[in-house]
Amino acid sequence: MIAIVDYGAGNIKSLQIALTTLSIESTLTRDETVIRDSNAIILPGVGAFQDAMHQLRSDNLDKILQEQAAAGKPILGICLGMQLFYETSNEGGLSTGLGLIKGKIERINANVKVPHMGWNTLQIRRNKHITTNIPDQTYVYFVHSYYATDIDNDDLIATSQHGENIPALVQHNNIIGMQFHPEKSGDVGMQLIKNFWEMVS
Amino acid sequence: MLAKRIIPCLDVDKGRVVKGKKFQDIQDIADPVELALRYNHEGADELVFYDITASHEERKTFLDIVEKVAATINIPFTVGGGIRSVEDIYQALQSGADKVSINSAAITNPTLIETAASKFGSQCIVLSIDAKEINTGKWNVFQNGGRIDTGLDAIEWALEGERLGAGELVINSIDVDGVKKGYNLQLTKTIANAVYIPIVASGGAGIMEDFYQVLHSDIADAALAASVFHYNTISIPALKNYLVEKSVPVRSVPSCQLY
Repeated sequence: MIAIVDYGAGNIKSLQIALTTLSIESTLTRDETVIRDSNAIILPGVGAFQDAMHQLRSDNLDKILQEQAAAGKPILGICLGMQLFYETSNEGGLSTGLGLIKGKIERINANVKVPHMGWNTLQIRRNKHITTNIPDQTYVYFVHSYYATDIDNDDLIATSQHGENIPALVQHNNIIGMQFHPEKSGDVGMQLIKNFWEMVS
Repeated sequence: MLAKRIIPCLDVDKGRVVKGKKFQDIQDIADPVELALRYNHEGADELVFYDITASHEERKTFLDIVEKVAATINIPFTVGGGIRSVEDIYQALQSGADKVSINSAAITNPTLIETAASKFGSQCIVLSIDAKEINTGKWNVFQNGGRIDTGLDAIEWALEGERLGAGELVINSIDVDGVKKGYNLQLTKTIANAVYIPIVASGGAGIMEDFYQVLHSDIADAALAASVFHYNTISIPALKNYLVEKSVPVRSVPSCQLY
């Protein structure tokens, strides 16, 4: 069972539907026991970094996530959910993230349209289980204005080009981050979610 | 590279997809969920569902369809028509929509854009603008399907929408809508040059060349069309092949079921 962390983050319906389609059981929860008993965790997210961190802290979910990450449980962060894994963000002033992966979140500052909205290609830097059946230059769906920078190059699985080299898919041991929305990326996104679930068992 | 998007628009009335030239001769076309699934498979990049009746009684029927669509397709979709309040936006998003398109309500109450963007994020707030040329090179924003001139300048309204927090603009040219003579390139380009957010061109698509014209340079980020897709005048796979040959970056869809 996958625990989808409930901290009031926007639209998680599509994610739940994608998991159901793949016959993966999931529960939307903020209950510590349920999260600890799960096989894997997904941190979804749409919205602002500071609000999200504030909400996680007020429910003590930051501590649970850090504890579960250290225990080696597979954790997937999607979009803002992934950004929360990093050390800091300067969205709305400098603030601290969960610190599960090295790096910081900054606004896309290049001379391109922001938000980075639409289908963009993945440049796969290294193949891991999460990239199974995902060819290089595959299109996935992005909607974001901030991106991760100063990350550890060893964590980089795939990038996407939008003014900057955007870390699109990252992995640090049991921690996986997707800047795009796999639940909105057609069959390719479904394959990525399936690959994540296969890391669990 | 960021792909140019092809977006079929489904006008929904009493639970059915319909097409009419601006509220006249409305013709029943298809079941919205079936048509959405077909476009999903054919490689549409996004879909738009427009509640064209937007009467209070029909709202429930429409939101039921939105829920069914969300459970059926795995690409993003926008909901528009009859969005007047934060509560309407909340309901559309709760039903599974990724974005909400606001038109008339933003003209009477511009703070709706601001409030909605700060509450739900700019990424899901689309400002839809119906524009009509009133003098050469001067477009005004119109309401009620092009019947009422609001007196607002379309370029200034686009800039104001961006400032208020809209994450994307749909530019619908009333002059060319439904007549299939091509998108309004001049209007779309003028607005695209003024703002930094993505632009969806709407109204006027008749042949594949029309999509090329509006997408090949940096005029629009996406092209929206209805009847050419509904009546199979243009098939999405053929259109994408055509655009690829003309070096327009579009998303290719894997030919087989991956997972």
